[in-house]
Amino acid sequence: MRWIWIDKFVEFKSGQSAAAVKNVTLAEEHLHDHFPGYPVMPECLLIEGMAQTAGILVGEAKKFSEKVILAKIKKAVFFDYVKAGDSLRLDARIESLAPEAASTSGRIMRGQKLIAEIDLMFSHVDKNLAGKEFPEENFVFDNTSVFDSLLREAVSQGAGRGVAEPEQE
Amino acid sequence: MAMSREDILQQVREILVDALGVDDEEVTLEARLMGDLGAESIDFLDIVFRLEKAFSIKIPREELFPAESLMNNPEFVSNGKLTEAGLNEIRQKLPHTNLSEFEKDPDLNKLGDLFTVNAIVNFIDSRINAA
Repeated sequence: MRWIWIDKFVEFKSGQSAAAVKNVTLAEEHLHDHFPGYPVMPECLLIEGMAQTAGILVGEAKKFSEKVILAKIKKAVFFDYVKAGDSLRLDARIESLAPEAASTSGRIMRGQKLIAEIDLMFSHVDKNLAGKEFPEENFVFDNTSVFDSLLREAVSQGAGRGVAEPEQE
Repeated sequence: MAMSREDILQQVREILVDALGVDDEEVTLEARLMGDLGAESIDFLDIVFRLEKAFSIKIPREELFPAESLMNNPEFVSNGKLTEAGLNEIRQKLPHTNLSEFEKDPDLNKLGDLFTVNAIVNFIDSRINAA
């Protein structure tokens, strides 16, 4: 199982930027405990949602050939609580992209209200572990999970811009 | 556009404060990125990206922080120390860094000590103020 914290992509510019939406619902059980009587979406999960938005953007830029791992949270600032019923928009932009890593900037909005600013770094894991070996298969962008439907959606969003299908193994 | 070393240091200091979460006064010229400022490997990439943006230059990662390719090459490393060939390689790759201390005992574990704030300032200085 994968915990997916975005519902779909609404914009996708290959190698540049992407926007996803996340609709928060009381059916999400963690809200019942965080906090009892005062359900707010944990900020770490907002970071994860941004990592998924930006991570897919970074992965797609190299046609999903790299194992893209969240390596560093450069910045995470929160300006308001997120509650059930909120529709969030997560905007991610690639700031730098190198063979071994990428850095992204991102904002989470609820309507016109700024909720968070989250800047991240991703590592292309095979290129950064001093020769240490990882499994051949791409365990980040596999085609067995619900993640895959998001990927396909992301790719179809970018289809008009010459984006290839993710590699199926 | 020519910049003084003091201006370069000021920019580099801001970058390191942001990238490593350290205080202004910790970022002295002598400070070692790993030993003193707590940088880890991903931070080096972060710093490279930030330097590229701040100074509008392109920095091949190997040029500023060439540690990994050295460490993985048996020709350059033997028993945890750099060989003469390895030392030659690093002299070539780090022309902006003072290697005299390191050469006395070229222990791999001390390779991290070579990456000082001063080395970054020298590097940027040579890139943007080159005649």
